Amino acid sequence: MYDIKALYEAQSVGEAVSLRLEHPDAHIIAGGSDVLIKMREGKLAGCELISIYGIDALRGVALEDDGTIRIGSLTSFSHITKSPIIQEHINVLGEAVDQVGGPQIRNIGTIGGNTCNGVTSADSASTLLAWDAIVELTGKEGVRRLPIRDFYIKAGVVDLHPDEIQTAILIPKEAYAGYQGHYIKYAMRNAMDIATTGCSVNVKLSADKKTMEDVRIAYGVAGPVPMRCPTAEALAKGKAVSAEVVEAFGQAVLEDINPRDSWRASKAFRQHIAVELAKRALQKSIELAGGAL
Amino acid sequence: MAQYKLIHWNLNGKDVETMVDVRASLTDVLRNDYRMTSVKKGCEVGECGACNVIIDGECFNSCIYLAVWADGKHVRTLESLLGPNGELSDIQQAFVDEAAIQCGFCTPGFIMTAVEILESGKLYSDEELRKLLSGHLCRCTGYQNILRAVKKTMYRRLGKELPAE
Repeated sequence: MYDIKALYEAQSVGEAVSLRLEHPDAHIIAGGSDVLIKMREGKLAGCELISIYGIDALRGVALEDDGTIRIGSLTSFSHITKSPIIQEHINVLGEAVDQVGGPQIRNIGTIGGNTCNGVTSADSASTLLAWDAIVELTGKEGVRRLPIRDFYIKAGVVDLHPDEIQTAILIPKEAYAGYQGHYIKYAMRNAMDIATTGCSVNVKLSADKKTMEDVRIAYGVAGPVPMRCPTAEALAKGKAVSAEVVEAFGQAVLEDINPRDSWRASKAFRQHIAVELAKRALQKSIELAGGAL
Repeated sequence: MAQYKLIHWNLNGKDVETMVDVRASLTDVLRNDYRMTSVKKGCEVGECGACNVIIDGECFNSCIYLAVWADGKHVRTLESLLGPNGELSDIQQAFVDEAAIQCGFCTPGFIMTAVEILESGKLYSDEELRKLLSGHLCRCTGYQNILRAVKKTMYRRLGKELPAE
């Protein structure tokens, strides 16, 4: 038995919004693979829960008329990986979320929960940040959309109003068309582990595959929230594809990131890994985009 | 004050309705209300896979699955694999034959994951199988015999010859 004071089940987004307003102290539970674990630890013991797990309208990946990829917030990691739309347009996201926990966790864990918990180590977060994803939030006033980088406020805190639930993650066509990317999770073991550092890079090459028209990079566990590296991106953008630029790009991430010492790894080790991951992920992204070093 | 909900679901092929305490995990209901004791309580935080069951064709750790969520779902546990006279299924027999069992605590969870793998009808490489089986902890066997049991059954069900190791 979990120490739950009361459970309110929403069957629709409207119902979830009403429940949020009626029970301001209640926590939202989606798949529960974070919330229920916290309850076991005693952290959320005795709290009220609003379960949104039953809102099937929030499941699935779709391609909208303008080319925007729409991922319902309750879509499980395994369903994202298996989605033909994801595989065709942003395969790296499917690969990234295929490294969360283990198979059973990937069946229950949702992309909405992975972002709303505001955790820096979330395997989906760095890739979503690196692809300029938009977060869709629905509240009593209607729908609000904001870039995912503005959604993260600080460790464990996201910009979710008291009447809102997250309803989708959107990736606009201009954010993915022509890009190829790669995600590397550095962890102590391949399954059931949290990233020591995770790095997601993507690149858009010129038609002749010689120039990097755009480069984007984001990290998990390089700071309190998932973060982009503006210095490294500016350095590589517009440059010729070369081993020197890849090297300089890797070193430049140190200007942007701010990892800390923790029991998982020291700051120095995380910085070392971050440089190496940036280089490898950029190199792989260039290869995927048809370029060569 | 206890809060209850009546759920209608299907357990191992049989339609059932259950009055569940909303605080209960699916593991609690399976073990306490239905005596499905193949569903083990291991870590109870979704890490070890001992409580794994199949819900609507996909594997879930039932310890971190609220029982109320089973409403309308089809749930399968290891008990569903037995023949009418208690015969073992091919995958269970393969676990015995390959010594993929020692204490047996992780076994039902592993076997239900194996069932999902086998029912996909696909042929997986060793590397893919290792990843598909990675949501379970076994402290006895060292995993190699478990991999062998699943692989052997996969080849047999697909009518293919098992490659020599």
